[in-house]
Amino acid sequence: MRDRNILSRVFYFYYDGFKSMTLGKTLWLIILIKVFIMFAVLKLFFFPNFLNSNFDNDKERGNYVIEQLTKQP
Amino acid sequence: MTETFDFALVNWSRGLFALTAMYHWLFVPLTLGLAYIMAIMETIYVKTGDPHWKKTTKFWMTLFGINFAIGIATGLILEFEFGTNWSNYSWFVGDIFGAPLAIEGIFAFFIESTFIAVMYFGWNKVSKKFHLLSTWLVAFGASLSALWILVANAWMQDPVGMLFNPDTARNEMGNFWEVFLSPMAINKFLHTISSAYLLASVFVIGVSAWYLLKKREVLLAKRSILVAAVFGIITAGYTIVTGDGSASLVAKNQPMKFAAFEGLYHGKTGAGLVAVGVLSQTPEDPNYEDLKEFYFKIEIPNLLSYLAFRDFNAFVPGVRDLLEGNEEHGIMAATEKIKRGKIAINALAAYQHAKEAGDNEKAAEARRVLDENFQYFGYGYFDDPKELVPSIPITFYSFHLMVALGFYFFLLMIIFLWLLYKDRLEKAKTLLRIAIFSIPLAYIASQSGWITAEVGRQPWVIQDLLPTMVAVSHINATTVQVTFWLFAVLFTTLMIAEIRIMTKQIKLGPKDEGGK
Repeated sequence: MRDRNILSRVFYFYYDGFKSMTLGKTLWLIILIKVFIMFAVLKLFFFPNFLNSNFDNDKERGNYVIEQLTKQP
Repeated sequence: MTETFDFALVNWSRGLFALTAMYHWLFVPLTLGLAYIMAIMETIYVKTGDPHWKKTTKFWMTLFGINFAIGIATGLILEFEFGTNWSNYSWFVGDIFGAPLAIEGIFAFFIESTFIAVMYFGWNKVSKKFHLLSTWLVAFGASLSALWILVANAWMQDPVGMLFNPDTARNEMGNFWEVFLSPMAINKFLHTISSAYLLASVFVIGVSAWYLLKKREVLLAKRSILVAAVFGIITAGYTIVTGDGSASLVAKNQPMKFAAFEGLYHGKTGAGLVAVGVLSQTPEDPNYEDLKEFYFKIEIPNLLSYLAFRDFNAFVPGVRDLLEGNEEHGIMAATEKIKRGKIAINALAAYQHAKEAGDNEKAAEARRVLDENFQYFGYGYFDDPKELVPSIPITFYSFHLMVALGFYFFLLMIIFLWLLYKDRLEKAKTLLRIAIFSIPLAYIASQSGWITAEVGRQPWVIQDLLPTMVAVSHINATTVQVTFWLFAVLFTTLMIAEIRIMTKQIKLGPKDEGGK
């Protein structure tokens, strides 16, 4: 270990850590599935940024919000 | 003006945000508190060299890991919702939210990728002291990470340190330190994290009580109870002190919320604190619009006045005073605030028209009117003052439940510590069972705190400036409804996974390991 450079030591620190996990492997699987659902499904299909997807620039976005804030019944 | 809003959309958007925030908050407080309990245990291990403390620390670290893994990133969905469901709000808050959330992201990433790895992978690979430092940094970093989102939330309750730019309709950071160090921000942070630490103490005591009932891991259980009870007494005391500070700030900055806490409709000098009470509901007043009396209450004389203004004889305004005004006590009527709010909204519109027409003189005049009335801006969206009243029953009961449970946990910690000191804990089987059933109560108390804070501040997302109904994005209500149910399924699955993995691991108990 002493002969290895710092990057290699950091790599093997994580590598050995992940390799020796038991319950941790199940938890990582849960994290990965969850993150996949969040970013590849929810963010993509259910959470478009309303202002970014409907307007091209900040000027248009600002004008739209001002219109929303000042519109009369 | 309220008739122009789609309330199905507003309510589903609120429901979605509340669902996400409440599920997210199921995981956060245990992470915040258990991290410190583990760090204290590991400190004792490093000080004494006793390997049993290492075993104890590692056992709680396993439970911490389960909670952390299942809870991580659930808060990100709240950020997705800002952009999708609350676009007017997101735009209006401008960079006030951006800076704290960006800092939180950096801290969270830095700590999670570095020190948590050392904490789990570093046993016997790094020195004991560096490992201990990593555990403390995880604990410290998790709380620091929570700081920024709580600063942002506090700004919504008491918006300070910003300048509204009428050209962009955004609030710009005028003074970072005023935002960061506002009394509301400091108090909200301290009260929230101390209550999270208390929840973790209750959790540790409850799990340890189960071991004692099963006559398993007795030493681990007793040592865990010792650490958790001492930590719990300190944090429960601090939660009570910061709760008192929080109530005082709410009384000054959000008097309607404060009146709702106590179901106070008619202001009083020397107002008493309702310790326990049941709100009356009559056929003439089905919506609790003008509560005259309680069905039942136990009141502590003059304490509410002291709690609010540090004066036993101070006047505490009630709902009616805040709606109708009270000249004697200098309280402006809601109708006047609504009038000034409408002037501010019209001034913003006039400013925009003048700018478009290139009329700088008219624009300057409109800007002056807007600035003069901006503090009432949000009131301009209402026509009926009654719309300014939050749900009194939800606020009242959640507030009282939170307070009662807070004192109960304080007492529970003292009793546990006393019986541990007297070596009679193992025989106190009823108390051990009560401790196990106190775990869900700690979560109920924690959620009640947020319900008090967030339902109590309705109809505002930003106090006095932006009502909830204006903050929402104009998207299809059905889409929001579908997302709500999708989330309910997703989060419930995560919660079931957490409970199953956690209980399985508790039943398995700590691993036996050799060496120091």
